[in-house]
Amino acid sequence: MSDRHPEPDSSELRARWGGFVWTAENAEKAKEIIARYPAGRQRSAVMPLLDLAQRQVGAETQTQGWLPLPVMEYVAGQLEMPVIRVLEVATFYMMYNIQPVGRFHVQVCGTTPCMLRGSDEIMAACHKRGMHLGHTTDDGLFTLTEVECMGNCASAPMVQINDDNYEDLTAESLNHILDELAAGRQPKTGTQLPGRHTVEPVGALSTLTAMAEANHDYRGEW
Amino acid sequence: MPKLKVDGVELEVPAGATVLQACELAGKEIPRFCYHERLSIAGNCRMCLVEVKPGPPKPQASCALPASEGQEIRTDSEMVKKAREGVMEFLLINHPLDCPICDQGGECDLQDQSVAYGRGKSRYDENKRAVTEKYMGPLIKTTMTRCIHCTRCVRFSEEIAGVDEIGALYRGENMQITTYLEGAAKHELSANVIDLCPVGALTSRPYAFEARPWELKKALGVDVSDAVGSNIRIDSRGREVLRILPRVNDDVNEEWLSDRARYVVDGLTRRRLDKPWLRKDSKLVAATWPEAFNAIASINPGASLAVISGDQVDCETMFAAKALARALGSSLLEGRQTGLAYTASNMAAVAFNSTLSGIEEADAVLIVGSHVRDEAPLVNTRLRKATRKGAKVFVIGPKWDPTYPATFLGDDAAILNDVPADVVAAFEAAKKPAIIVGGAGLAKGALEAGLAFAERFKLVRPTDSGEWNGFNVLHMAASRMGGLMLGYAQAGGLGDLVAAKPKMVISLGADEVDYTKFAGSMIVHIGHHGDKAAHAADVILPAAAFTEKDGTYVNTEGRVQVSERAVYAPGDAREDWTILRAMADSLGVAVGFDSFDALRAAMIAEVPALGAEGLADYGALPAAPKGAKAEGLIAGYPIKDHYLTNAIARSSPTLQRCSAELLHGETFAEAAE
Repeated sequence: MSDRHPEPDSSELRARWGGFVWTAENAEKAKEIIARYPAGRQRSAVMPLLDLAQRQVGAETQTQGWLPLPVMEYVAGQLEMPVIRVLEVATFYMMYNIQPVGRFHVQVCGTTPCMLRGSDEIMAACHKRGMHLGHTTDDGLFTLTEVECMGNCASAPMVQINDDNYEDLTAESLNHILDELAAGRQPKTGTQLPGRHTVEPVGALSTLTAMAEANHDYRGEW
Repeated sequence: MPKLKVDGVELEVPAGATVLQACELAGKEIPRFCYHERLSIAGNCRMCLVEVKPGPPKPQASCALPASEGQEIRTDSEMVKKAREGVMEFLLINHPLDCPICDQGGECDLQDQSVAYGRGKSRYDENKRAVTEKYMGPLIKTTMTRCIHCTRCVRFSEEIAGVDEIGALYRGENMQITTYLEGAAKHELSANVIDLCPVGALTSRPYAFEARPWELKKALGVDVSDAVGSNIRIDSRGREVLRILPRVNDDVNEEWLSDRARYVVDGLTRRRLDKPWLRKDSKLVAATWPEAFNAIASINPGASLAVISGDQVDCETMFAAKALARALGSSLLEGRQTGLAYTASNMAAVAFNSTLSGIEEADAVLIVGSHVRDEAPLVNTRLRKATRKGAKVFVIGPKWDPTYPATFLGDDAAILNDVPADVVAAFEAAKKPAIIVGGAGLAKGALEAGLAFAERFKLVRPTDSGEWNGFNVLHMAASRMGGLMLGYAQAGGLGDLVAAKPKMVISLGADEVDYTKFAGSMIVHIGHHGDKAAHAADVILPAAAFTEKDGTYVNTEGRVQVSERAVYAPGDAREDWTILRAMADSLGVAVGFDSFDALRAAMIAEVPALGAEGLADYGALPAAPKGAKAEGLIAGYPIKDHYLTNAIARSSPTLQRCSAELLHGETFAEAAE
């Protein structure tokens, strides 16, 4: 994360993205998003608009999308706010890519629960496929990032690829998922354990067993 | 008015106070980095932790906690001591131990508080974070590795300066303070972030590696770069002024200072007039004092003498020149160098009557022909505060960026005679309406029309908090109000002096005058910098700059302030009054004073208001003359380059660079390190 920085300002960047404007459909959406907030508080719409812009850039470049500086300036202009404030938001949140990414942005969670459940193995599997942290593969398909907790600890380890989570991973299931994506097919999202639907207990209840049938007050036992 | 206990002592604090303020009222020192009285509360440094009951059983950040009834606050408990040690240790984890090469050393909050509240030892032995340097322009030197993320600079630029230049990128440990794309901070108050920075992350670039604070002699001065009269501290070592810092004065400059006032320092040692010069065969040649005085005596002007005072002259100098002119039988005195000729018979009509701190309370303001941001940056921050409280601001004159919402009514000064309906509505609804007439307005007759406006909307009215006088004139010259009080005003302005065709014109540092109009006169320039007037002068008598003499100044609101000498004038240069005294001898007249004290006493005897520091009482506003009309297009504002407004500033390489880089967009290569 410490090497996270915006794509440097250059004449090429300006030439490519300086003319960024919403597509007709997104212009409509942007208007609707801004209308959600009181008049004069349009700055509040900065996060959804940045997301929308990132998606539009993604659609144009056939990637997950990212935010070039001219695009941030465009959003700042629309919301009548200083660019530095937009840049603060964009650099703060990991969901905004401030450098170009590949078609699939593989975000491997490496926080404690995932690590205990084998995220090192997941990371190793990614490396084995030629992916490196912070880099995009030569075919432009995969960008690898290590992220902090994504809130899927009950089905760790997990990766997030673009808008979907893939959970209960092993090296094999991850390889399968990446192969499917590369082939242009949509693999099953969510947990990869056969028989598991969401994050219900695997096998029998191991905790809070008294709660299985009816509500139970544990407080006296603490 | 909640009652609470601080360390067992009961006291009552104003409603809305924070726990930190309550502790201060109780006389307890609370260490802090992010908290600053004039900025919004951030609560991110955690240094101000105290123990508060009732509340959670843990230390709490006192800066962001409202004081409430019945609280028991401890600032001396073991918990607080441990909490401060802990915060200090965390802050120092990533802070480099480079105090010996850091310019903040000796006046660093982190250093001081580490000594007072720290453990004296760190348990951290991992690698420290390093942050790349950020360019912030010619005035601010950055060493961002030292930054402790207090965000004071970010809040200053957003709240006080009103330009969102500085921001905090990234998050957590990786947070970095920077300007957008590392552009230069362009605001005219940008260098105040140097004072605000509690560590050595933002330091003064021109002052880098010049001196340590304990080597400096401090003199209490008054700034002369504009008519605000900001209170300054002049730090000098030996015979050289090394830096100028603002002094706290809530009535004048709060604790800010404009960049052009702060960085004139290096102009004080350049292009100085340090010996007398005489014009011989249309060329200036160096001379001695006796030669210079002989040349003056040979003209012997008698009553055919005129005195023009410059923008930075103190009252004593102007009075000494007035005494000399009077002894010779002349009363041709003028200070309005550019030829303005507004009526100055009533001082109340040419003062900033609502006072600088009072204008904050105005709720409707009409600015006539003033680029407030250029002419008085610190008045603009006051207006900005007023608009944050809901004031409506209207401007007559060409557009400029005020940093707050303002309605521009047009360039025609005649709009003032018959203001549009929305102005009428705003002023009729206002409780404390005000008008500000600037230099460009004065040139178009806005003074009289402004008085008529004041009568129409009752700008002078009683309020709950005393009488409100909303009629304001905003001057640009530090010497203007003092000059007007001493009679440096002719009915026809400078034109009267030209018409009189005097044998001799004495210029008291008057660099803005068009001397071609005085072609037949001998021009004696008493000044400190080889600037415009020196090129036209026949005799140059080297004098002292504002840092080199004691003097009285009156700011635009009529506040009499006294400035101290910090250093001596260079070379053969002398204090202005001694030059005028010696001139009196060579012209064979007596002026009635032989010492500075006698001069000051004579001045006070003539104008008693100059003897009392503080606001002078100018009495009531005069009635507006019948049928007074402002007319003409306000084509532009007098200040074309707000960094280079005076002779000292024009000699300063720092301000020259500011002008070139920030106003004219030139790029400068950074020295490789």
